[in-house]
Amino acid sequence: MKGSLIILSFFVLGLILGLTRFLPTSLLEGDFSIYALYLLMFLVGIGIGTDRDSWKVIREVNIKIVLVPLSVIVGSLIGVSAVSVLLSSINIGEAMAVGAGFGYYSLSSVIITEFHSETLGVIALLSNIIREVLTLLATPLFVKYFGKLAGIASGGATAMDTTMPIIVQYSGKEYAIIAVFSGIVLTILVPVIVPLILQFL
Amino acid sequence: MLQDIIIVLAIMILGMGIGLFIGNRPKIIKVVGILTSFSIFLLLFLLGIGVGTNDRIINNLHTIGLQALILTIGAVLGSLLCAWATYKFFFQQK
Repeated sequence: MKGSLIILSFFVLGLILGLTRFLPTSLLEGDFSIYALYLLMFLVGIGIGTDRDSWKVIREVNIKIVLVPLSVIVGSLIGVSAVSVLLSSINIGEAMAVGAGFGYYSLSSVIITEFHSETLGVIALLSNIIREVLTLLATPLFVKYFGKLAGIASGGATAMDTTMPIIVQYSGKEYAIIAVFSGIVLTILVPVIVPLILQFL
Repeated sequence: MLQDIIIVLAIMILGMGIGLFIGNRPKIIKVVGILTSFSIFLLLFLLGIGVGTNDRIINNLHTIGLQALILTIGAVLGSLLCAWATYKFFFQQK
């Protein structure tokens, strides 16, 4: 939660500077954000590689645990496709690219901005932040009506860190490992699935 | 575009390989974590600038917010229903 507020404030700071045109034009015209994305992806890779616990969790789990992130992927993509009929300016593919952020708003919005458009990038940023906030607020309700995997499903990629405490509180400690596993799998898949969907637009 | 995507993924996989090689060195892991945060801050800051100077987005910010909300509701509801089915059939103790 604190993390999203900090990230959001950097976005807002940029927004204000952009709005007031309080910037040298060289900064606006130079497209160095792709290099920043390269750097980010490199660092994200190192982060995953050095995280021994993640690899251990993935090796030790029972096969049916794979169904959890799979449910999140299938459910998210079908869900956004269904509601995309309500949105005249967003087609199914664009909706799926946003949905495939699974709550990982920083990376998904950056990838979508870089490979598609700023407008869809902003939609991805807001949508995936809302997903995290909604999970933090509504997990007790979700668990009550949709079973003990509900918080993990709603949290998506965030189930491994920011939303994990609330998930454990309402589903039980035995679900912590499932939450971490599902979150890790989805986190790794975001930079794979989002560009893949954009490729077919 | 496909080329750019392949570059991005290749860079991530390279990072994963290096990460596996580095292994469990808390100091390096901490530095990588901090650098990751800062590159995310930088990218979102740049996205903010891009959005702020893009009149088409600024003039439609309320519709963009609504679209984001609707997409979130779809994604979360879909996930909840799938996870409910998975829970019922595979996880719930009888």
